[in-house]
Amino acid sequence: MDAILLQTLNGLDKGSAYALIALGLTLIFGTLGVVNFAHGAVFMIGAFCAVSMNRLLHLSYMTVDPTKKDFLGNPMKIQTPYIEAWFGHDTGAALLNWSVPLALLLALPVMIVVGVVMERGLIKHFYKRPHADQILVTFGLAIVLQEIVKQIFGANPIPTPAPHALAGALDLGAMIGLKAGAVVYPTWRMIYFLFSLIVIGGVFSFLQFTTFGMVVRAGMADRETVGLLGINIDKRFSIMFGLAAAVAGLAGVMYTPINAPNYHMGMDFLVLSFVVVVVGGMGSLPGAVAAGFLLGILESYGSMNAVKSLLPGIDQIIIYVIAIVVLLTRPRGLMGRKGVMED
Amino acid sequence: MTKSDLTRRSLLKTGMVAGAGLALPTIFTSRASAFTNNPTGKTVTFGFTVPQTGPYADEGNDELKAFKLAVKHLNGEGDGGLLQTFSSKALNGTGVMGKKVQFVTGDTQTKTDAARAAAKSMIEKDGAVMISGGSSSGVAVAVQALCQDAGVIYMCGLTHSNDTTGKDKKRNGFRYFFNAYMSAAALAPVLKQMYGGERKFYMLTADYTWGWTQAASMKQFMEGEGWSMVTDVRTPLASTDFSSYLAPVLSSGADVLILNHYGGNMVNSLTQAVQFGMRDKMVNGKQFEIVVPLISELMAKGAGKNIAGIPGSSNWNWKLPDAGTKAFVQSYGKEYGVPPSQAAQTCYVQTILYADAVTRAKSFNPCAVVEALEGFKFDGMGVGPTVYRKDDHQAFKDVLVVQGNEKPDNEYDLLNVKQITPVEKVMYEPESEFFKGGNLGQCNPGA
Repeated sequence: MDAILLQTLNGLDKGSAYALIALGLTLIFGTLGVVNFAHGAVFMIGAFCAVSMNRLLHLSYMTVDPTKKDFLGNPMKIQTPYIEAWFGHDTGAALLNWSVPLALLLALPVMIVVGVVMERGLIKHFYKRPHADQILVTFGLAIVLQEIVKQIFGANPIPTPAPHALAGALDLGAMIGLKAGAVVYPTWRMIYFLFSLIVIGGVFSFLQFTTFGMVVRAGMADRETVGLLGINIDKRFSIMFGLAAAVAGLAGVMYTPINAPNYHMGMDFLVLSFVVVVVGGMGSLPGAVAAGFLLGILESYGSMNAVKSLLPGIDQIIIYVIAIVVLLTRPRGLMGRKGVMED
Repeated sequence: MTKSDLTRRSLLKTGMVAGAGLALPTIFTSRASAFTNNPTGKTVTFGFTVPQTGPYADEGNDELKAFKLAVKHLNGEGDGGLLQTFSSKALNGTGVMGKKVQFVTGDTQTKTDAARAAAKSMIEKDGAVMISGGSSSGVAVAVQALCQDAGVIYMCGLTHSNDTTGKDKKRNGFRYFFNAYMSAAALAPVLKQMYGGERKFYMLTADYTWGWTQAASMKQFMEGEGWSMVTDVRTPLASTDFSSYLAPVLSSGADVLILNHYGGNMVNSLTQAVQFGMRDKMVNGKQFEIVVPLISELMAKGAGKNIAGIPGSSNWNWKLPDAGTKAFVQSYGKEYGVPPSQAAQTCYVQTILYADAVTRAKSFNPCAVVEALEGFKFDGMGVGPTVYRKDDHQAFKDVLVVQGNEKPDNEYDLLNVKQITPVEKVMYEPESEFFKGGNLGQCNPGA
């Protein structure tokens, strides 16, 4: 029972990342009709916003301490972050410690700009081209983006830790009346799950309860009629592209303490997220979110020793097996609409 | 009727001259190319295959830096590094056999197919006479077999699987790095001393040749010390999120987690294990402990504070006090501004050992080089006297048991040498349980 609870939590945590990326993919597909293979790279750029913020805060000046020796026997060079010199040691250290949450402030505007520039600069020229062309150009863009990041930051993962206060584990078992120590789960992963719920809730509320969102939903349903009413739907859809990029970017920032970011992380998530979108139903926002969490949980169950002893290697293929089963039984996915990507 | 000038005598003469004419270049050619890629110009080319991307990219980049430094020293540039302390004095900084050393590099991506393609191109297109590199035993085993078939020497880089010099050993391949059996043999008594004799351990193991042999070795030696294994869970090499594999550990009844992971895998799994609160837990009335059988400085750096107190083993450490280590640290440190890792030291030493063997053998012929290296005893490279055993081409030397530094003096002071296990304690017979089934075969000069 404890093991199932733990793997459920783990699945919700994995599913959070899948759902956030798939949500952005679906937003773009639903509004602009573009299959965006560069969306994983956007997630990766978000993660590197956290790395950049960490490095910005760690910009240092150097002093030499003649009383200490370095590994070559020379006087030791001491690096002191400017932020500690300006704000004092304690405040400076606290800011350094909270670099990941602070990076959200940097990532939000950066990712919106990245999204809008991507859409206006390249992707809008492919709106009327076949999906195959869109996939090729966005996949090419993803490769270009990840190679740029590799050139700047290198190929190695860059550890970006969570604040000390949030780096430990929570004894959830004790909190819900189970045996103490039976269900222990990392605090930051719980925060990531809650963060994803807030972002997903925010996006749905934005689309559901604002005039802007209402126009976007109307445009998604019937773009031509909305345009005939004198509304510049293209501009709104561009903003939605920026919003989708921001969702993926913020997801990337918050993911960095879970896994040290590297230039390839976007590709790792991209394939799984596309499976999530297809299982959820192309163009369906609730479908993308539901499928993200569902596949995350099933993937975690597949990793349980008891399951793996019955079906060796199932943890590697379970997501694809589920995708095959869903597509065979519901060809449009769990919540797919008729007419989407159908001639 | 036509008249022909062809007589029996003239036919014989013409035939002999033509035969000699055709045979002569073949004789010269066969002598000149008695082995693959015989360097005939003023240069000789080495091929270095390292992972520049993938989970072992950190190690690969350090390996490449060391290769470049070794070539520099062979060509008489820089301060000479380990050439000053190496017990053999055959090399004098004028290249190898009077030929300037040049090199080509390739990215293995930590994938066997990419590594083989890179090595094949180096041999066939660039004329490489020796291949070195690795950073994954899967890659090393595959490239070693390729080099055996192609007729060039393979000086293994960072490969720790028992199989490299066990069931997959080849006559044209040599390994300076230690192996999984040696790690377990050195580590087991220390772990018993540190954590007691009755422990239950849970293993996460990278699912390829190195992980399998590391896990099997740890199981045998730890059970020999009275510990018992709860389970051994295999994890894909490409994994980055180990949470699914870590979640069941604390409720399994185990009080020790052994991570048979290396490079980026280990950085992620250790970091995530700490996030799961494993280092703060008491299980079975004992403090829960984490062990990483193979640790490198680069992994320690990647893991940050999480490495503090974690025990493991290493092939070499830059803080050793011997003259060879000091010379290499000075040389590498001045060149790159950081201390070298064990991956760097291994690749540097392997390049020097190959060049030395060629010089002593007075030939680039792989069979002459093999003869020069088999049973070769040397010193002055760090970690004391070493011998390349003839039976399996494994280097035997002391093994370091290390532990993550709890109070580092600087950013490089990450591992402490807890114990130097004498080579006698980690020796084994070539046909013992973990190494049997292989055959070195005959030396292949190729061509």
